[in-house]
Amino acid sequence: MSVESTQIHNIGYRDYEGPRLGRAYARRSLFSQSLRGAYGLGRSAKSKVLPMILFAVMCLPAAIMVAVAVATKTKDLPVDYTRYAIVMQALISLFLAAQAPQTVSRDLRFKTVPLYFSRPIERGDYVLAKFAAMTSALFVLTAAPLLVLYVGALLAKLDFLDQTEGFGQGLVSVALLSLLFSGIALVISAITPRRGFGIAAVIAVLTITYGAVSTVQAIAYEQGSTDAIAWLGLFSPITLIDGVQTAFLGATSAFPGGDGPSSGVGVVYVLVVLGLIAGCYGALMRRYRKVGLS
Amino acid sequence: MIATESLSKRFPRVTALDRLSMDIGPGVTGLVGANGAGKSTLIKILLGLSPATEGRAAVLGLDVATNGGQIRERVGYMPEHDCLPPDVSATEFVVHMARMSGLPPTAARERTADTLRHVGLYEERYRPIGGYSTGMKQRVKLAQALVHDPQLVFLDEPTNGLDPVGRDEMLGLIRRVHTDFGISVLVTSHLLGELERTCDHVVVIDGGKLLRSSSTTDFTQITTTLAVEVTDSDECPDGTRALREALRERGMETETGGELPGAGHTVLLTAEGEETYDLVRDLVADLGLGLIRMEQRRHHIAEVFKDKDAADAARPESASAPVAVPAPTAAAQQTGGGRDER
Repeated sequence: MSVESTQIHNIGYRDYEGPRLGRAYARRSLFSQSLRGAYGLGRSAKSKVLPMILFAVMCLPAAIMVAVAVATKTKDLPVDYTRYAIVMQALISLFLAAQAPQTVSRDLRFKTVPLYFSRPIERGDYVLAKFAAMTSALFVLTAAPLLVLYVGALLAKLDFLDQTEGFGQGLVSVALLSLLFSGIALVISAITPRRGFGIAAVIAVLTITYGAVSTVQAIAYEQGSTDAIAWLGLFSPITLIDGVQTAFLGATSAFPGGDGPSSGVGVVYVLVVLGLIAGCYGALMRRYRKVGLS
Repeated sequence: MIATESLSKRFPRVTALDRLSMDIGPGVTGLVGANGAGKSTLIKILLGLSPATEGRAAVLGLDVATNGGQIRERVGYMPEHDCLPPDVSATEFVVHMARMSGLPPTAARERTADTLRHVGLYEERYRPIGGYSTGMKQRVKLAQALVHDPQLVFLDEPTNGLDPVGRDEMLGLIRRVHTDFGISVLVTSHLLGELERTCDHVVVIDGGKLLRSSSTTDFTQITTTLAVEVTDSDECPDGTRALREALRERGMETETGGELPGAGHTVLLTAEGEETYDLVRDLVADLGLGLIRMEQRRHHIAEVFKDKDAADAARPESASAPVAVPAPTAAAQQTGGGRDER
């Protein structure tokens, strides 16, 4: 037996001569890591539990509706594509409250942010990657049940054109919802490095604004001031989305009385939504100007 | 490797760097200064993350003001503070940081495995970082700074929070980063003594000004203070005194180690070279005493300031100073901006 075959060679340090893919690649890597992280992938088994349960619970009603629709051969789905997210808003808030702080405040709390900025990426890349990752995570959560509904509707041989139009409108609506909600939740979570505060603050902002707006709307409805209802909807994220899709995406409103904003007021809704998304992005950029290397 | 030219950084209230000019070559360079001396500010500017108020700086020949991204691709950075998420394993974390430096996925995995092995993390690298000791965490921090095979690494206080053994291991590792891996190092510390054995060159800054820039041999070889401690024996009930007398017979001046309890048993003497070590060894052996320790006394940053004060006052140093660092006559092989402008 030769000596060579039994020796263990210490190969020592090897230089890296391969490609360095630079800033855009680093930004994509951060995006995919954050998106996977939002569903607990690449993290501990424990952190997969909540997002996966929420995802399953989100899709379950859609699956049941589809099953019923296929079995009973109805002519229409029990719930509109655009209405689904509004009905399931509590779950969406829960998912955001759990995952937005983990996406941003974890880096702040463990001071990993300065490490990122010692790499080729810059502040804008970081904010963009995190914003895009959170939005995509939320879009996956809200669009998946719509896909279940759509596939089910086609299996139940419902009208193809009708269903496709509804599905398309639903996708636009949840995309807008994902952008808006992610922006708000990320800004709130980025303020504090404490995850618990982030969770509580996100839930509080989303539910309190909705609770307040719908209560005042109900009072306005009782007193017969229907004009006020549409304007009041501007003050909470979910009613904003509701208003936009009622005005432009053929949805029926969940507002009291079922009257959403008219097209004129709808334009204001769209502007407010876009303004809020841009504002959240700006606020995040501002926030990370201060973090840098500490 | 690094060149700065009257680099200044002023904040509304404080001046962090004041017309700092220096030129750092390849090798291990120590950046020494008290807390708040401007070390971290300097690293931030060199990484291109914070604009200088005045002056210029170049890293690897690239201007920090315009080529920050390119510099950060070829430079590693190990921060002073904790920066590790506790719920992921060292492997996952370092792979992620490698990708953030631009390494393709496969290369990132291979380099991570290599680098973690080189810094001395083996099976534990698959466990979550939250369960690591301080020493292991410091190794992970070092690994993420080295994983993309940079040409230069900035290590900010890498020995912070480590016990003496961990400190020595870390310093040995830093030395290897240059000798074995061929990566130049800029390492900061507030302890001069810790760096003089590890570094080829030491730069001392204080209040944002360059105090001194010289190769470490200037710090250590001209004068070294030896601390010797011996046991007592039946023949010599007071071993310390016997050694002191024996040394005096040979013409060596000695001092006691200070006034703290127990320090009276330490004999301090000035070593002029190898022969002093031999002399002490032979004397101790002849007296039949046990040698507990014989070590170089470590300089503290304060002594450099004392040295500066003494030089400024232009008077010889008092003989009673426990550790006398000579005025930096042989120093400043490289430009010493702050001092030269005096």
